[in-house]
Amino acid sequence: MTREEVYKELNEVFRDVFDDEEITVNDATTANDIEDWDSLEHINLIVAIERNFNIKFTMGETTSMKNVGEMVDIILSRIS
Amino acid sequence: MLRELEYPFDPDFVIKKRKSLKRRLLAEDTKRIHKKIAILGGSTTHDIKDILELFLLNTGIEPEFYESEYAQYFQDVMFDNKELTSFEPDLIFIHTTNKNIREYPTLRMDKSEIDELEKNVMEQFEAMWKKIEDVYHCPVIQNNFEPVSYRLMGNMEVYDIHGKLAFINRLNERFYEYARNHENFFINDINYMASDYGLQKWADPFYWHMYKYAMTLSAIPDFSYNLANIIKSIYGKNKKAFVLDLDNTLWGGVVGDDGPENIMIGQETSMGQMYSEFQTFLKEHKDLGVLLTINSKNDNENAIAGLNRPDSVLKPEDFLVIKANWENKDKNIVDIANEINIGLDSLVFVDDNPTERNIIRTSVPEVSVPEINEPEHYMQIIDRCGFFEPTAISEDDLKRNEMYRANVQRKEIQASFDNYEDYLRTLEMHAEIMPFSPIYMSRIAQLTNKSNQFNLTTLRCSQADIENIAADSGKVTLYGKLEDKFGDNGVVSVVFGHIDEKQYDVFHIDLWLMSCRVLKRDMECAMMDTLIEKLKQKNIKTLMGYYYPTVKNKMVRDFYAGFGMEKISEDENGNTVWKLNINNYENKNNVIKVN
Repeated sequence: MTREEVYKELNEVFRDVFDDEEITVNDATTANDIEDWDSLEHINLIVAIERNFNIKFTMGETTSMKNVGEMVDIILSRIS
Repeated sequence: MLRELEYPFDPDFVIKKRKSLKRRLLAEDTKRIHKKIAILGGSTTHDIKDILELFLLNTGIEPEFYESEYAQYFQDVMFDNKELTSFEPDLIFIHTTNKNIREYPTLRMDKSEIDELEKNVMEQFEAMWKKIEDVYHCPVIQNNFEPVSYRLMGNMEVYDIHGKLAFINRLNERFYEYARNHENFFINDINYMASDYGLQKWADPFYWHMYKYAMTLSAIPDFSYNLANIIKSIYGKNKKAFVLDLDNTLWGGVVGDDGPENIMIGQETSMGQMYSEFQTFLKEHKDLGVLLTINSKNDNENAIAGLNRPDSVLKPEDFLVIKANWENKDKNIVDIANEINIGLDSLVFVDDNPTERNIIRTSVPEVSVPEINEPEHYMQIIDRCGFFEPTAISEDDLKRNEMYRANVQRKEIQASFDNYEDYLRTLEMHAEIMPFSPIYMSRIAQLTNKSNQFNLTTLRCSQADIENIAADSGKVTLYGKLEDKFGDNGVVSVVFGHIDEKQYDVFHIDLWLMSCRVLKRDMECAMMDTLIEKLKQKNIKTLMGYYYPTVKNKMVRDFYAGFGMEKISEDENGNTVWKLNINNYENKNNVIKVN
């Protein structure tokens, strides 16, 4: 899967979780950029991404990722 | 109602799509009862609340929530949190888990120290439950404790007094003892849920350390569904009857083609054993008060021949109605509901054929249609759906099938009389009509939550409400219990109202309901006669009645007119107010002997 393909699926997951069809994320996107993305919604987002790509983030990864770009790096490293 | 929220649902889908699911539920044009639910958590409850809301909305309950701050369950209750007291909850759910046990036994402790530990935990919980009972008078749902996630002593952990697992089981037994002795107290069995789900998956430490969830996020839909089942049962939203297909549902094969001797049932083959087990499961529901009926495309004689096999667990007489014919099943199901006089939304349709299931779902959407697949899983799926989740087992439940059967017999006799009053006299009816008394409080509360059709104001009351009303000297209360020569119907009618606070000779009826199982028996006349007699003793001169229309209670729109009451107002929603000078009232009941 290419980075672009990951983003295509990732955008769908974000749109589902935040129930907003307008959302498009990129490498620099952080929680500050999406209105409903608080610590509670973060859990749902992580789980939805895990399910979608059939991967599991570790606690270390979940606590340290700083933006969507780093998230995509981890996803790519798991599925390749 | 959303299919996506019916069991077996996809938990990850429910979590992911919760926002759009909620939006769709709120866009539905359904009437829901509003309930205030306080969630007092010992760990994170955010998603539990959100998902619980979806399942409750889907069963006709519109919740409003109070959610305690993180792990403040005990403090909120014991120190009278203002926000909680002013919220005035209708129900309190205490979400504690094994994470909330502050001190577990250690190998260094002796027996008396461990007993002391148990005592301390129990004192804390019991103090909280007692406080809730005193301050809030509302139902309480309390989690039991799930098993611990590691076993220091291996297999000894469960029986050695030092075991954490042994300690948890001891505490749970104490919780159950409390539940057995307190009517408004219910256990949410997370111990069973965790094992059903798989403890290893349930207790994923990731979610505890990251988010302080006591269970994995993916288990929350199952958890919330189970919890919603208790709540819907408390508020009378349970189903009442099974509508069952025969071929490949109750037995293997097609009786019309294979012949009754060749269908798969009984102990001879593994398939036969499996269907027998399913039949036993259904038959056990009769003791819960669930009614059994049949809706099958078959010649009637073939259907009966199948059920009459000596090794068939279910016999023809186990069913209240048997529709074995070549009508469409959606027509049959409506006929069944009419014959036994219950709402379509009380029915559960079980059929192995996806086409038939789809027909019922489309043309009679009120009926619940579990998505069953392979026969070996019928039982598991129907069980987990929680259609009939009891919160109390009353005498009435055990007798319900007999009562409905007696009704069918009464209908047969009725056909042979020209004069209806003559017929009623032959029933030799005897009623007990008295003020609310302690032994009937739970049945009275149950009726206020269950009765929809013959219910003038559809006022729902918890048992605690009923107890308060009974104790209030400004109120007049009556329950009516009806017996006849075919059997005892139990408590079937409830009436109460209050004396006007300014005009002491005016009485307002707050609630008037009757179970449809005694329709057209003049029970309402006996109730009114008794009410008026009681009111005269209290020097009441004017009786005020109210009718608030709902989707289901059209049958009593002109109920008060039947007693010669005068309609004094009607608003744009059809709410009507009725008035009677009770000195002009003449007794109406000639057929029921009272008290």
